[in-house]
Amino acid sequence: MLHTINKSPFENNTFETCIRFLLPGDPVLFIEDGVYAVQTGNKFSSTIERVLKTNPVFALKPDLDARGIAAIADGVESVDYEGFVGLVEEHQVNSWF
Amino acid sequence: MENENIKKIMHVLRHAPHGTIYTYEGLEMILIMAAYEQDLSVVFIGDGVYALKKGQDTSGIGIKGFSKTFMALDGYDVEKLYVDRVSLEERGLTEEDLVVDVEVLEAEETGRLMKEQDVIIHH
Amino acid sequence: MKIGILLKEGPYNHQASDTAFKFAEAAIKKGHTVDAVFLYNDGVTNVTKLMDPPQDDRNIATRWSELSQKHGVEILACIAASKRRGISDDVLVEGSAITGLGTLTDIAIRNDRLVTFGD
Repeated sequence: MLHTINKSPFENNTFETCIRFLLPGDPVLFIEDGVYAVQTGNKFSSTIERVLKTNPVFALKPDLDARGIAAIADGVESVDYEGFVGLVEEHQVNSWF
Repeated sequence: MENENIKKIMHVLRHAPHGTIYTYEGLEMILIMAAYEQDLSVVFIGDGVYALKKGQDTSGIGIKGFSKTFMALDGYDVEKLYVDRVSLEERGLTEEDLVVDVEVLEAEETGRLMKEQDVIIHH
Repeated sequence: MKIGILLKEGPYNHQASDTAFKFAEAAIKKGHTVDAVFLYNDGVTNVTKLMDPPQDDRNIATRWSELSQKHGVEILACIAASKRRGISDDVLVEGSAITGLGTLTDIAIRNDRLVTFGD
């Protein structure tokens, strides 16, 4: 099950809600304003680090670029829209917003 | 196989009623899908649990109330109604405060149910 | 793979419509079939031809229309949601249509994936 998150964790609890329901191994993809979660050195860095121990984490590169986010947490993989499609090929989708 | 074309479809209600239309239009979608004999379930997470709260009276806000429609879901064979325990407790609510019988689940149980689904739609 | 898309937000206000479009394009480029884009909630306003954004901005309705015509993607607005929001056959952009929630159920059943975009 692929979980996508499109909300900034700073203004919305979607990220924290979603990760309560994650099963180990389920990939997480941050898109749109969701990508602010993976910028290095923010208050969610330790949470991202914890999620990375059990789940692969991705962020949509065009959304990172659009927001000027160059530094992302170690272990988070950036993907383009085709990479997003690739994740959907492998998993059913649970879009959190 | 008889079940081959039956999909597991989960609706996740996460908004409070009235403030936005998401819950109401979500309910409309659930009622239509119920006629298609798929394996439907409905999960209430976060403010979604407020949709089930007893004692809602919308007469003063000019919006049609719909909490009673949740009671009708049983008649449409939508029997799998789940509520996230943490969401209920955070809001100081118990099952007694809800208009319908639900199964209260731990997050991990809901997570496992989600993983079984073919389709998940958040409202 | 056959993919259905459910789009639950209107154009411009949210990025959902843009992400859904980019996702659909990428899926088609990778050789998948995008069967339909079903519009729900404010999403139904994606297909009004009355929208007229500044010339240097994308025209979201036209973009859906072109996707439909080039790649045979059905662009379908929910009838109940459309009626609430003043969307009727008269204002639909070419290549889009109004249909019922039963069609969404069919889309969910007949596709390998249903991917939702919203806010």
